Amino acid sequence: MEAHAVNPWVAIAYLIAGICFILALRGLSSPATSRRGNRYGMAGMAIAVVTTLLTHVPLTAPSTPAGIEHAGLLFDFATLSEILAAIAIGAVIGLTTARKIQMTAMPQLVAAFHSLVGLAAVLVGVAAFYNPAAFGILEAGGLDILKGSRIEMGLGVAIGAITFSGSVIAFAKLNGNMSGAPILLPARHAINLAALLAIIVLVSLFHGDTPHLFWGIVALSFVIGFLLIIPIGGADMPVVVSMLNSYSGWAAAAMGFTLHNTAMIVTGALVGSSGAILSYIMCRAMNRSFISVIAGGFGAENGASGGEAKEQRPWKRGSAEDAAFLMQEAENVIIIPGYGMAVAQAQHVLREMADLLKKHGVNVKYAIHPVAGRMPGHMNVLLAEANVPYDEVFELEDINGEFAQCDVAFIIGANDVVNPAARTDKTSPIYGMPVFDVEKAKTIFFVKRSMGGVGYAGVDNDVFYMDQTMMLLADAKKMVEDINKALAD
Amino acid sequence: MDFVSILSIFVLACFVGYYVVWSVTPALHTPLMAVTNAISSVIVVGALVASAAPGSPLSKWLGLGAVMLASINIFGGFAVTARMLAMYKKKDKPASRETK
Repeated sequence: MEAHAVNPWVAIAYLIAGICFILALRGLSSPATSRRGNRYGMAGMAIAVVTTLLTHVPLTAPSTPAGIEHAGLLFDFATLSEILAAIAIGAVIGLTTARKIQMTAMPQLVAAFHSLVGLAAVLVGVAAFYNPAAFGILEAGGLDILKGSRIEMGLGVAIGAITFSGSVIAFAKLNGNMSGAPILLPARHAINLAALLAIIVLVSLFHGDTPHLFWGIVALSFVIGFLLIIPIGGADMPVVVSMLNSYSGWAAAAMGFTLHNTAMIVTGALVGSSGAILSYIMCRAMNRSFISVIAGGFGAENGASGGEAKEQRPWKRGSAEDAAFLMQEAENVIIIPGYGMAVAQAQHVLREMADLLKKHGVNVKYAIHPVAGRMPGHMNVLLAEANVPYDEVFELEDINGEFAQCDVAFIIGANDVVNPAARTDKTSPIYGMPVFDVEKAKTIFFVKRSMGGVGYAGVDNDVFYMDQTMMLLADAKKMVEDINKALAD
Repeated sequence: MDFVSILSIFVLACFVGYYVVWSVTPALHTPLMAVTNAISSVIVVGALVASAAPGSPLSKWLGLGAVMLASINIFGGFAVTARMLAMYKKKDKPASRETK
């Protein structure tokens, strides 16, 4: 335990880093303070890194782990330059990616970043296993790793490995390298449960001299991460990405326990709760239990039953000119964007449409459902990217009362979130999900590629067939461009 | 530090996290994920300890690998968050008022 008897200033530096991270999240309570919050985050990270470098690069370390001799070394520039080189390589890759990434691809990017945190946690855990003295986790006799540290380390490595392989699958599904459809193995729950139990047993059994048991934890955890995510469908990815976010935090916290490092523990707790809360918010917005999302299979069972066997009902087709005419005459227009808008990259033309309408004196608002897009808040970022002011964008509960006074509801690329069946039809798979009351609007324009496809949940939508609804069947971007042309005339 | 004091810090931090995250506006949930992602790379501390320690070349190289992975995340995560946050603008505010 000697190695943990660090200089109090070092402990305080890590504490300050932890506080900076809390302030970073606090800043996100409003867009106005968010940029300062992000700078707090960077400051916290800089403090943590510099403190670690100062205390651990050989011979500047105030506490020498027992059994390691580095007398005679002055200042190990070779080690320092290797570390700085590793940081520089990471910085170049990270900054280039951050600059180039498209906003629509943000969910994939976040999944990819999660996988890196997971893999880094695994590497750190393995490094600690092979050099426990450096981490100060050797028993007094110097023969085995401390019991408590073994458990913390084992859990950290397991969570890290699950985060890694789970995030790789989530990335592949979001990025289209892999079909978004759920892959259902027979007896998958039994397999997962058995693997999970095996991991727990291994964590309690392994010792410093049993590398095979330790590697067993790593291997099993990689497999379980993979198995956990493959049965989950594409539309449930917001929950998965949030959950993996949470795991990456718990992995960091477990490593923080091993290292007795306040900054890591505080961060781990923050990130862990953040991801957990976001998963909860997403599940609530879909009125599904977390367990049912994680169990997977949604979209596989429903897709088959709901897609066909619907009687033909009459519906009206509108044109871009109809939409332009009715919207410029309107007083209030509410735009409801969904994932389809993101796929068609229609956010910029949509903002142009809103600008043209505002010139005609129309009051335009955007309504965003919590599960719109492929990650929490995704639609808000896309609209922000298209220069939509954030005070024109409203959440479900804030705007739902306004549809009764609204002349036109303009639905673009959304479907399930405006389906009244969620309120009325107890047999519907989306029953109980909070939805927009669009049917209260005087006129509804529904931009959709064709009448054939139904929403992700595979249910028909009564809004298509209402008297006040006009279907605008085309690619979202093309349709809005045509409306803009008509509005400009 | 003994286990109980570390556990206390952890439990209290969970509570802080719970209240702080609920105060985050839903419009900023994507930047929240990006920034939590960046700060969870504080795992770099463990990676630095491993790469700086003498005694095991294997641990050192694993540590350096982890330093590189975590750095991708740190720089990429904060940069992409900053890029997103710069896009959130209020109505009728000139762009020049925005901080970079």
